[in-house]
Amino acid sequence: MVRWGMVIDLDKCTACQACVVACQVENNVPPADPTIDAQYRAIHWLRLLEYREGEYPHVRTRLIPRPCMHCDKPPCVKVCPVGATNIGSEGIVDQIYGRCIGCRYCTTACPYTVKYMNWYRPRWPEEMKKAFNPDVTIRPKGVVEKCTFCSHRLIKARERVRAEARELGPGDYIPACVETCPSNAMYFGDLENPNGTVFQLARSHRAFKLLEDLGTEPKVIYLSEGE
Amino acid sequence: MVIDPKVIEAERELVAKIDQDEILFKPILSTGKGFYLVAAALLTIVVLAAYAYLAQFRYGLGVTGLNTPTYWGVYITNFVFFIGISHAGTLISAILRIARAEWRRSITRSAEVITVLVLFFGAGNIIIDLGRPDRLLNVIYYGRFQSPLLWDVVSITTYLTASSIYLYLPLIPDIALLRDRVKGIRHWFYKVLALGWRGTERQIHWLEIAIAIMAILVIPIAVSVHTVVSYVFAMTIQPMWHSAIFGPYFVVGAIFSGIAAIIIAMAIIRRVYHLEDYLRPVHFDYLGVLLLVMCCLWFYFTSCEYLTVFYGAEPVHLAVFYSKITGHYAPYFYAMLATCFVIPFAILANGKTRNVTGCVIASIAVTIGMWLERFTIVVPTLVNPRLPYERGIYMPSWVEWFIFAGCFAFFTLLYMLFTKLFPIVSIWEIREGREKSLAEVEERLRTYLPFKEEVSSKK
Repeated sequence: MVRWGMVIDLDKCTACQACVVACQVENNVPPADPTIDAQYRAIHWLRLLEYREGEYPHVRTRLIPRPCMHCDKPPCVKVCPVGATNIGSEGIVDQIYGRCIGCRYCTTACPYTVKYMNWYRPRWPEEMKKAFNPDVTIRPKGVVEKCTFCSHRLIKARERVRAEARELGPGDYIPACVETCPSNAMYFGDLENPNGTVFQLARSHRAFKLLEDLGTEPKVIYLSEGE
Repeated sequence: MVIDPKVIEAERELVAKIDQDEILFKPILSTGKGFYLVAAALLTIVVLAAYAYLAQFRYGLGVTGLNTPTYWGVYITNFVFFIGISHAGTLISAILRIARAEWRRSITRSAEVITVLVLFFGAGNIIIDLGRPDRLLNVIYYGRFQSPLLWDVVSITTYLTASSIYLYLPLIPDIALLRDRVKGIRHWFYKVLALGWRGTERQIHWLEIAIAIMAILVIPIAVSVHTVVSYVFAMTIQPMWHSAIFGPYFVVGAIFSGIAAIIIAMAIIRRVYHLEDYLRPVHFDYLGVLLLVMCCLWFYFTSCEYLTVFYGAEPVHLAVFYSKITGHYAPYFYAMLATCFVIPFAILANGKTRNVTGCVIASIAVTIGMWLERFTIVVPTLVNPRLPYERGIYMPSWVEWFIFAGCFAFFTLLYMLFTKLFPIVSIWEIREGREKSLAEVEERLRTYLPFKEEVSSKK
């Protein structure tokens, strides 16, 4: 069985945030205007985490891209009262917007705080409305949304390979952030395929996962920065 | 101690003077101007709250002060608080009934009503908190029992059903009394509700059995309800929520705030309907002692919880801990300590200040304190997520305050309406107390101790 996972090489990452922008555009996430930002209500399926280390003047900031971890044991799926948050057979943690009742139990249960609430109806700048991605649902107000590893791309890829009468190969399905990364710091693929890059990188001695001790078994693996 | 028959006789005469509990029927049979004025004031607040909710319904939860990562705030605090208050009634009255505490007779009804009414506001706040209240039924269509929220749905509906039955059963004989007194449409109303009660031996026998069963049944249900409410938090792995003592801690807090609510309600009823003869200082004294016991238990649980976190010193837990001890939530935390422990303990531990006024002051403090307790449990954990996000300060918006006030006003209004429809002091139980229990208690006392006659007769 396929298990989709992502590897982010922090040595290569330049924190340029191209992935953040690509994600917003791909998934029809409304850009946060300053008022929304000031209310701490901006939605970022993927964002940079700022780890500050040390005391002044020896301060160092690490910036880490943070998508949804797509845990194998997701605390958010466990607590959802209606099964709106669910984990698919290939390990993608998804949200059914049409079923979500907006109780925000998943958002509070997620130790990574990767889930976002639509406090209002989403608003876009006029120009962006013409550039919606037709493959991704626009979320109504009052529901929770999250990174889906661009699962709509998986559906499209499946359709494409079926039309071409072949198996799904590496590179057929890649989320927007990974596709965009200018420094090739992000990798995406099957964590169960021993010949794949992701499989091998995930076993690197530099590999670590965020809050690994919580037992959530994330499928986003980071490669630590060298010295 | 043997009760002097003369005392009993004197008591009986006094009872005859108060004309068969006429004063207990009075609120139902006549309504003064004050009632309408207060009702109108409360209704205004309810309308304002409804307006606030409509705004929220229309524009979304954005009109609240909630944000990322503070996804839960006043509504969830209210939910836990109101469900807590509901433990007043049924649980206390059931325990007192089972323990055959004779002083319960004039207070059980007023407590049971609190339970049933306040549960609607507990459950109601969850619905208010939903981003999509229109999809509420998804909980039934797609309900997943792995989610603690589903456990809540089940236990709260069970509790509401059980406590409604438990309120209704002891109400039947009183409804029958009213049925025989009023005419017209109200007669018809009481006639239907009285279920043909005639007060025969057989009916009384079955009613007593039914009440006894419900009194026992309602205790585990009530305990389970607040345990499950705490599980909503404790089952997640969030710092200072993921704690095994949360179940009992919440139950203790619930009973604590519940007793406080009864005392406040009793004091108001007593003053407004002139029931000083029924709700006496001794009732306040006894409830005050109960409140004191719960106050100490609450303090014990609170110190257990905070000491464990502090000594364990895990950074994520400490972040939440210090946000309460020295951080932004310190004012709430210390206000909670003062109102939940310092004030009530100081008042209630002293026999001289444990009078009606003292008990009421302590109870008001506890009610405020227990709301703050719920608030300092819900919010600081959410404001301090594990990963380094920039975090906002949660300040409830006017919508949340209006709805909060509206809940209180609506509850009070419904409570007032209840006192206008049904006797707020159980009349038949008072009468039963006079007619049967006085002798029963003496009989029971005799079984506890060796008495001269008994010992000599055995010889």
